[in-house]
Amino acid sequence: MAAKKATKKAAKDSNVSADELKAYYKDMLLIRRFEEKAGQLYGMGLIGGFCHLYIGQEAVVVGLEAAAEEGDKRITSYRDHGHMLACGMDPNGVMAELTGREGGYSKGKGGSMHMFSKEKHFYGGHGIVAAQVPLGAGLAFADKYLDNSRVTFTYFGDGAANQGQVYEAFNMAALWELPCVFVIENNQYAMGTSQQRSTSSAEIYERGKAFGIPGEAVDGMDVLAVKAAGETAVAHCRSGKGPYILEIKTYRYRGHSMSDPAKYRTREEVQKMRDERDPIEAVRTMLLTGKHATEDDLKAIDKEIKAIVNDSAEFSKESPEPALEELWTDIYATGDAPQESV
Amino acid sequence: MAIEILMPALSPTMEEGTLAKWLVKEGDTVNSGDVMCEIETDKATMEFEAVDEGVIGKILVAEGTEGVAVNTAIAVLLEDGESADDVASAAPAAKAEADEAPADAAPAPAAAVPAAPKTDTSPDWPEGTTLKQQTVREALRDGMSEEMRSDDTVFIMGEEVAEYQGAYKITQGMLDEFGPKRVIDTPITEHGFAGIGVGAAFGGLKPIVEFMTFNFAMQAMDHIINSAAKTLYMSGGQMGAPMVFRGPNGAAARVGAQHSQDYAAWFMQVPGLKVAMPYSASDYKGLMKTAIRDPNPVIFLENEILYGRSFDVPEIEDYTVPFGKARIWREGRDVTIVSFGIGMTYALEAAEKLAADGIEAEVIDLRTLRPMDTPAIINSVMKTNRLITVEEGWPQGSVGSYISSVVMQEAFDYLDAPVITCTGKDVPMPYAANLEKLALVTTDEVIEAVHKVTYK
Repeated sequence: MAAKKATKKAAKDSNVSADELKAYYKDMLLIRRFEEKAGQLYGMGLIGGFCHLYIGQEAVVVGLEAAAEEGDKRITSYRDHGHMLACGMDPNGVMAELTGREGGYSKGKGGSMHMFSKEKHFYGGHGIVAAQVPLGAGLAFADKYLDNSRVTFTYFGDGAANQGQVYEAFNMAALWELPCVFVIENNQYAMGTSQQRSTSSAEIYERGKAFGIPGEAVDGMDVLAVKAAGETAVAHCRSGKGPYILEIKTYRYRGHSMSDPAKYRTREEVQKMRDERDPIEAVRTMLLTGKHATEDDLKAIDKEIKAIVNDSAEFSKESPEPALEELWTDIYATGDAPQESV
Repeated sequence: MAIEILMPALSPTMEEGTLAKWLVKEGDTVNSGDVMCEIETDKATMEFEAVDEGVIGKILVAEGTEGVAVNTAIAVLLEDGESADDVASAAPAAKAEADEAPADAAPAPAAAVPAAPKTDTSPDWPEGTTLKQQTVREALRDGMSEEMRSDDTVFIMGEEVAEYQGAYKITQGMLDEFGPKRVIDTPITEHGFAGIGVGAAFGGLKPIVEFMTFNFAMQAMDHIINSAAKTLYMSGGQMGAPMVFRGPNGAAARVGAQHSQDYAAWFMQVPGLKVAMPYSASDYKGLMKTAIRDPNPVIFLENEILYGRSFDVPEIEDYTVPFGKARIWREGRDVTIVSFGIGMTYALEAAEKLAADGIEAEVIDLRTLRPMDTPAIINSVMKTNRLITVEEGWPQGSVGSYISSVVMQEAFDYLDAPVITCTGKDVPMPYAANLEKLALVTTDEVIEAVHKVTYK
């Protein structure tokens, strides 16, 4: 049960196919371009309130989705756009929710931080830091109760890792052997407070030790390393051995939210990560040096992604604001319970 | 095509800012992520990054310019093969469509004075039904057990619910019947297991989450309100938490301030929750069955002192009581007394004593606070023209204050006296026996209030 140090899996050693690599490239690029567009629309006043971008962290969700199977569940915090795109939710519906329009996943009533998709087993989108951790354990509880061998990916950040309810959830997840992968996306900053200033021990993945939950640290800028770690974690959970912790070391390039001037770190620090560790550039290089794709192939992908993102932006502007009657709907359910079908 | 770079909104409230400094000049090539300029808002100086790549064709707003409105074009970015001359006349940009004023909110529907609101006053069971005496404790357990027999996705979790047979013996025998998979002892971890319960409800189950007392549910408040009550709305109707949070609420006896609070008014305030607070055993059973079947999160507020009291319970198969239907326990013409939960004890006792003095009180048990059967109250007030509310909770923002405001707005002309809210005193619950008695609402206070409003 001992936690182990990051095992760096070099891409060239893995048996990933060219098609898979291209798919990861595409999925990550979609998130990057989508988020850039969201930032732009925010700047134009089309998106309001809080908007937390995922730029820099793309390899985390894309790597883990590559380890997931149909029916597996995912739940995360308010920095949720990447998770939704990675699990196959429609970019139009996500962008239109950001602009608060009728065509959004929550009909415009949830916003950036609150979206759900029953179809894709995406359970939010939660605005209260760490609340999604017991909720994710609860989803896994339901799967264990129903004996359906599904696994839940419960994402939270290094900041959330200091909330008490995380450890309440760890305890019960271990006690009841819940099939839950706890994914700590350690982007090193809880809003403006660095991990060093907020966290007594640097190795968050070791915090499961007290509960007997195995954990490992993973290079979150390497999509293949994330995928490999995800597969280990999922196999552990699916075989009935209980939860597993992945601390994925990643980095967000943008501020905590759109209104964060990010004075708590240097421009050079961010630039260094962008230049040297960018997860998308890494796969791009792999594709080119491995002769899996030509510059033209990649340009075609870029163009395709740009079109999807531009379409989503158009859709999000054209979709009307919700009808005023919507103010009064969806407060109480009538008829069938609005939950996962069993 | 050349791209106009617009003055960005950099916070939820920003309308204009100062273009403090340009870090690029005309002719520079920029890539996505490069800082182009610094913008001062009222809160901070922010770096503004390029989203698209290209060449800065023209800077339209000079550095140092103050009061630049959001969405003003500040520069033009050229893509491959374009020249600055092509765009010299492009600025200033058109106002972005986001500036449109939001449509006016729908006006609140005017409160019409109801001639006589429609209420369902049918009896809970038909005349001639066989009745048995049962305690609240037994009725509650029967209600839960019946639902667990008919629906495999219903389970109960909480502290000491299984092997200990329930801290208050509500779940007695349930572990034997349903096994440890469905009757689950939790660690002492309210915040955590309430969250797990909500997650399990999202995931297809129908949890009953028992709090040993609702005082401990304060640790779980975030999951009850933010995770359970609001999700249906935030998801546009896709996802919700069909579940029951239950346990004893309010004062028991001599357990002090931290174990004696009545949370009825707190929970009643929350859209997305339903709130039941029954008095009699038949209602504990019938409302619990309704609560478990309801597709929404239900707060089920019980009372420790009532657990051991016996009432008539009808021997009807699958007996349920609907939410939002008050029960009239006693008809009367002189005054209306509205209560719920243990407050009914004082209301009924007061009515009994008042009857001996020739004052006929109508006593209404709300049974559920959300939805609340306000038409039943209005109808009664239209007959009696006087209203007293009775509860053990605190006075400020009480259930009674809400009822009083509804009656004032909807039946003002029918009132012959001010509404009096009989509540617990505005103090934390003391331990000393004499002070505790003083802190709770009393039958005498209800009687006194009735005398005041009837001028008798």
